[in-house]
Amino acid sequence: MPLDRKIAYIDLTTGDIQTKAIPLEVRKKFLGGRGLDAYLLYNHTKKGVDPLSPDNALMVSGGILTATCASATSRTHVMAKSPLTGLLGSANMGGFFSPELAWAGFHHLVIKGKAKHPVYLYIHNGKIEIRDARAVWGQSVTESQWAIREELGDQEVKSMVCGPAGENLVRYANVMTGIKNSGGRTGMGCVMGSKNLKAIAARGTMDIKIAHPMEALDYNKRFIDQIVSAKVNQTQGTLGTPFIWGATNSWGGIRCRNFQYNQCEYADDIEPERIDEIAEETMGPYHMTGCFGCQVHCRAQFKVPDGPYAGCYDEGPEYTSQGAFCGETDTPRATTLLNANYMVDQFGIDNLEVGSLISWAMELYELGILTQKETDGLDLRFGNDEAVLEMIERICYRKGWLADTLADGGVAAAEKIGKNSFDYLIQVKGMQNLHSDERATPALALNIATASRGSDHLRSRPAIDLYHLPEEVLRKIYSSPVPYDGPLSSEHTAYEGKPWQVYWHENCYMGVDCLGICKYHTTFLGATLPNFEDWSRVLYYNTGLEMSAKEIWDVSVRSNMMERLFLLREGLTREDLKKGDMLNHRYFDEPCRRGAPDVVGRMIDREKFRKMIDEFYEHKGLDENGVPKPETLKALGLDKEPSHLL
Amino acid sequence: MGPNGNGKVLYINYEKCTGCRLCELVCAVMHDGLSNPERSRIRVLKWEAEGLYIPMSCQQCEDAPCMNVCPVKAIYRDEALSRVMVDYDKCIGCRSCVAVCPFGAMSFNAIDRKVLKCDVCDGEPQCVRFCEEKAVDYVNASDVAILKKRDAAKRISVAGKEAAVLLAEH
Repeated sequence: MPLDRKIAYIDLTTGDIQTKAIPLEVRKKFLGGRGLDAYLLYNHTKKGVDPLSPDNALMVSGGILTATCASATSRTHVMAKSPLTGLLGSANMGGFFSPELAWAGFHHLVIKGKAKHPVYLYIHNGKIEIRDARAVWGQSVTESQWAIREELGDQEVKSMVCGPAGENLVRYANVMTGIKNSGGRTGMGCVMGSKNLKAIAARGTMDIKIAHPMEALDYNKRFIDQIVSAKVNQTQGTLGTPFIWGATNSWGGIRCRNFQYNQCEYADDIEPERIDEIAEETMGPYHMTGCFGCQVHCRAQFKVPDGPYAGCYDEGPEYTSQGAFCGETDTPRATTLLNANYMVDQFGIDNLEVGSLISWAMELYELGILTQKETDGLDLRFGNDEAVLEMIERICYRKGWLADTLADGGVAAAEKIGKNSFDYLIQVKGMQNLHSDERATPALALNIATASRGSDHLRSRPAIDLYHLPEEVLRKIYSSPVPYDGPLSSEHTAYEGKPWQVYWHENCYMGVDCLGICKYHTTFLGATLPNFEDWSRVLYYNTGLEMSAKEIWDVSVRSNMMERLFLLREGLTREDLKKGDMLNHRYFDEPCRRGAPDVVGRMIDREKFRKMIDEFYEHKGLDENGVPKPETLKALGLDKEPSHLL
Repeated sequence: MGPNGNGKVLYINYEKCTGCRLCELVCAVMHDGLSNPERSRIRVLKWEAEGLYIPMSCQQCEDAPCMNVCPVKAIYRDEALSRVMVDYDKCIGCRSCVAVCPFGAMSFNAIDRKVLKCDVCDGEPQCVRFCEEKAVDYVNASDVAILKKRDAAKRISVAGKEAAVLLAEH
């Protein structure tokens, strides 16, 4: 049975390792992946735990469909209390790691304690060894993975690692696997570093039984046809995610000069077609690659054409790198983009966070809040390409006062820098916003304000809100698998009905994260892509677990509530600018200065925004303070948490 | 079509492979009902540091070394599907075929203690069915060369035009 994969508890302080079966009762409540991680986090950490202490628990998992023949079930989820935000730490990455972990016998790991010296875990066919990693400590993301393969004498080993940024306890260091797959938000690599855990290496040849093999294959073929027939995926498969940046920038939905503009001008050199040209020139006509079992193949292979890392092989860049190292900093040049992308991939740091913090520092420098005294002589002005690359390296290695300060995250840095620096920090719950500008799109603004891990698009963004779909199409999507007859609007500038859309997507994205499927295979960028109904079938054919679309929806609602319980336990309050469901004042006070006619001049209406939050809370079963009502918890079976079933 | 029936062969164009390895999974699920790349008849070999991925499977050789080396004549040629097959009733599991295969395409499944190789799924290879990129295709043996000729001819033509442009510029 696919459901006989196990959970392992590893204590790095004592070296104690326990394995357990995952009871079906728990599977049915949380399925796996992020949902079950949220349960484990709430149950295995105490209120107020120091994120960098041995008591913090690090969860690593595959989804319930991981290592089955279902398409694009490559995702690895990582969770812990975040050293960046002090709230929910949660990151999700593609690649090839979690399937290998599953064939090695495990779907979930809970790692506690702190090793006396750098170690790595070697997990193979049901066995877990703690091995010396002193020889690989200090190595880059890829160097360390290849070195572990050499040491183990097996080129099929897949590792997830932290890079130098994680070792140096940069609070937003990534966990990474392969060339560029990143669990890249909330500092899970920093938690690895704090535990002296350089890597987890997996290699497995254990069978996973497919409940109904022929039906699973046939249904997967249908699923794939649906995936590849979507125009958005065809474009992703040709140009990668840079196409999203191109489209949203021309429209006016991209942050530029921190938050001063909503469009980056003169960006021809980083347009998706230009990046595609570079990939083709350096890697040939077939230069797209992808994650395990995925037909979208959304990332390019390329060699850095020039600059300090000329000739180095890398993958991507994702649209987030265009935003972080070109748009926000106003340095829209391919050399900067590709060198910066290579650097973050090798150092193992969150491109979104580091780029956003550099652009914030640039605005502070422009305002005179920071001077060359704090920057150690660096001319940290917008548009200075060298300064962007220099700051990435300084932050990863904590070189100099400013970099060391920024390495602790924006909120802590603002306290240290002082004056009114915090007013310019574009963050929610202590995590920087990605490169998008949500002032013209109330639904997207609500999404980032309420996303459980901080300002983030991958928790609940109704991206299809930008497509102006007819109301009947919206109603079809948003009335399943639970009925909804409230308002819905095709207009992206409207406030009506948006809370339901955000709520629906919050549950949709939790669904894929529990199953282990990539978001490009669901209702994220494409309105026609599979969701709950299809998952019910895929789940049954592959695992034999019979759950209706509504029951999977319930798992999502429950898992999201589990995360909410953790957030509340660790101090979330509704309008707290550092820990709440609240946006920076600039969203309400500064209108968009550039972009299309339906963008320019727009900003978020504070009162209407408040009403959206009220309505969103109502959908979730929270009171006006954002706290779950007792009947909500009872209905979800969460009234006795922590319940310590695992 | 070959003279004795289906002359189709697996045609691997590794340049097109994105490295997703779905072929491995569907192969294992089709044959054994189990998900496990170790059971797959096709494997994608990877050099991640260079971005190079190469699917490897049985070539169904005309003069198959595995067949020639087998001490109990358990390996035979099935002309109807142009494939080389293992008769498991005769196979003694000596692994001589694994040792002699120049492509590493004959594997040994350490779980069931049996050799395994591609049987083109009785004419409907699942790896081909699921490979959207056509990095693995199933074509008439006689067409492989013409397909390659066409690709090469196109490259020569493009190169010729580029050369002409360069000449004209000087």
